[in-house]
Amino acid sequence: MGASDYDALSVGSAAVRRQNDAWRRLRANWSVRLGGAALAILICVALAAPWFGTVDPTLFDAASRDLRPGETGEITTLDGETLEHTFLMGSDSFGRDIYSRVVYGTRISLLVGVLSAAVALVFGILLGLSAGYLRRLDGPLMRVMDGLMAIPAILLAIALVALWKASLLTVIVAIAIPEIPRVTRLVRSLVLTIREEPYVEAAVALGTSTPKIMFAHILPNTIAPLLVQGTFICASAILVEAILSFLGVGLPPDIPTWGNIMAEGRVQFIAYPHNVFFPGVFLAVTVLAVNIFGDGLRDTLDPRMARRL
Amino acid sequence: MNGPVLEVRDLTIALPPGADRAEAVSRTSFDVGRGEILCLVGESGSGKSVIAQGVMGLLPKTLPVTGGAIRLDGEDLTRATPGRLRQLRATRMSMIFQEPMTALNPVMRCGEQIDEVLVEHTTLDAAARRARILDIVHEVHLPDPGRIVASYPHQLSGGQRQRIMIAMALVLEPALLIADEPTTALDVTTQAQILKLVAELQARHGTGVLFITHDFGVVAEIAHRVAVLRQGELVELGPRAAVLQRPQHEYTRMLIASVPGMAPHERPVDADAPVILATRALSKTYAAGGWFRKRGAVAAVEDVSLEVRRGQTLGVVGESGSGKSTVARCIVRLVDPSAGEILIDGEDIAARPARALREFRQRVQIVFQDPYRSLNPRRRVGEAVIEGPLNFGVPRSEALARARRLFELVRLDPNSLDRYPHEFSGGQRQRVSIARALAMEPELLVADEPVSALDVSVQAQVLALLAEIRERLQLAMLFITHDLRVAAQVCDTVAVMSQGRVVEYGPAREVFANPRHDYTRQLFAAAPGRNWTFGAGAA
Repeated sequence: MGASDYDALSVGSAAVRRQNDAWRRLRANWSVRLGGAALAILICVALAAPWFGTVDPTLFDAASRDLRPGETGEITTLDGETLEHTFLMGSDSFGRDIYSRVVYGTRISLLVGVLSAAVALVFGILLGLSAGYLRRLDGPLMRVMDGLMAIPAILLAIALVALWKASLLTVIVAIAIPEIPRVTRLVRSLVLTIREEPYVEAAVALGTSTPKIMFAHILPNTIAPLLVQGTFICASAILVEAILSFLGVGLPPDIPTWGNIMAEGRVQFIAYPHNVFFPGVFLAVTVLAVNIFGDGLRDTLDPRMARRL
Repeated sequence: MNGPVLEVRDLTIALPPGADRAEAVSRTSFDVGRGEILCLVGESGSGKSVIAQGVMGLLPKTLPVTGGAIRLDGEDLTRATPGRLRQLRATRMSMIFQEPMTALNPVMRCGEQIDEVLVEHTTLDAAARRARILDIVHEVHLPDPGRIVASYPHQLSGGQRQRIMIAMALVLEPALLIADEPTTALDVTTQAQILKLVAELQARHGTGVLFITHDFGVVAEIAHRVAVLRQGELVELGPRAAVLQRPQHEYTRMLIASVPGMAPHERPVDADAPVILATRALSKTYAAGGWFRKRGAVAAVEDVSLEVRRGQTLGVVGESGSGKSTVARCIVRLVDPSAGEILIDGEDIAARPARALREFRQRVQIVFQDPYRSLNPRRRVGEAVIEGPLNFGVPRSEALARARRLFELVRLDPNSLDRYPHEFSGGQRQRVSIARALAMEPELLVADEPVSALDVSVQAQVLALLAEIRERLQLAMLFITHDLRVAAQVCDTVAVMSQGRVVEYGPAREVFANPRHDYTRQLFAAAPGRNWTFGAGAA
């Protein structure tokens, strides 16, 4: 049988174009560019914190208390050495360098944001797939989710801190648990539409096992909306972590997080606003960057939007 | 006024860069005369709907008119301002669409929607408008106009909704009516009524009609003149009889030859071939109501008994809601039947629990209607074809070799196994689906409207392929369709279903030559273009 007997596959080049299309649209999208660039900078800052002209964020020096931004003072290292240091964002009432604390705080915020989103997505996907595809589990699972949804993150965090003790794990658990039902609902509703697709029925007719249908056929088709949802969870997790730390039920006060810095600066806010101002700006910019990035992702990946010309 | 209502001259409409061709419509010229129905025929992607949008001034920005003129009563619409176009719409030209549900606003009463047109374009007072609305609703033969006018779209049937659309389009007596596939979403009996209505109103009011369709049966039914489009170019234009019976252009000839004839085929049928599938009193009822209301039951399928023999095709024919797809899905055990037996080689699998169906899955396979949804968009087509064999323990290399052979069998390039579904056209995807089903080496192939979503030329190829495969592999085939022409082509035995029951069942030749049941007769009478012989019959 010669090649000419086959249907002409002239669509080839057009198809390759379409496959690259998602990437091209992603790169061409201004929200993705802007949010992505801001996030990339923040990630660099977090990773390279020790090389950004910072000192150990826990160092303090009684001689350098309450310095204004840009003033120079002394700081004592753990070895007892005293160094000349310029306090770019001033210092707090212990004489700690706010700039170093804010830069190191980026690590905690991004870590909490990404891990909370990941935990919420993993559990939400598992539960949502089960509820959507295994109909017998649907009722019980979703009622449990309704119950979880009624628990406020802050109350849960207080309870967990009382139960265990303040740590990164407590914070992530407290933030992720109330998000799980939201992801579960989203996945379940996606599964309910996808399970009716003929290609899923065809897989059933081919004798494909239920787990393989769930993970190999249904799950890949839910990824785009889930990515978008993930960015929004990430943004809200960063915000909630700051709130928890601010309230004193987040990470222990010796760890520099934006919430902790703001909480400590709150007392002398009128006299020394820089204590609150700089971490606040970083927090706002980070949440904004994640949200803008998520908006861009939604515009390019969401199938309902993508169908428009 | 004299001269044609609509003159289209050298119309060229560009496609966005990167599309498969440069122009959606290329230098196309035609006229629609007063009181004339011009049918614009073409396959999908031929640009016929783009022309309609161009006339109405509804083209998206990505499809600009780059040349030529569209003249309505001598006024060039390509130069008209948006405001002028708004004035002309509904008063001088109007349009009806394929999907009457989405074209009507679901939260507005039908009367209000017609009233909107009158408020916008006339100075009539409320009483006069009301009288005019009742008039036009009466004129489109809707029963009890007072009640219909007060109804919401979801309270009406598809045919009634399309009548409301027609009423809305004609209430201001426009000179030009554009009908874009207005009957494609309707059942064949409803389609016949709507076609009759369009022809009647058009004759009474002297409206010029630009009727867009892909269906030559509809063309034969309604057209005065026919224009054939291929890839944005007008290839043939002429009176109905000339185009349908003596097509000049090769493409038109090919299209018309692809239309299946209404006469059943003359293949000899081996009455002693072994029975592969038999159903006995198969029923499926759905429970209605919920926790607090009394539970009722809706019977989707009742008491269906059928038989399919090796190497033969049983056609199940019916309109939407007749239960024909439910029968197919019960037989493949995608839904659980409520009662009755499904015998595969004499073994009853109707009540088997899902766990015990494994071995059965290998013997019965299904091909679905929608080629765009029957392949997982995220998996390569090769993975789809080898999935079944892998599930049954065939080694990967052997399954791949089988897939390559099957791709040759369905005339696809075996080297395209590692492509994704979106890289294939609709007809090619349907071939992939067929290959996927055949990879299991089934004894029974259930085909649920496998060609309904395809263009007529592609449909002919897929039908020929299915016939060849059935012959070569000695498959038993259960063929679900709403299209009597397709049924006549492929079926040895026909079962006609209506409201969940089989109303007529027998050899195709007998059923087609001499339908006994009233419903079958109605169905045959409604088939568009039944008095014309196309394709196989004409050749």
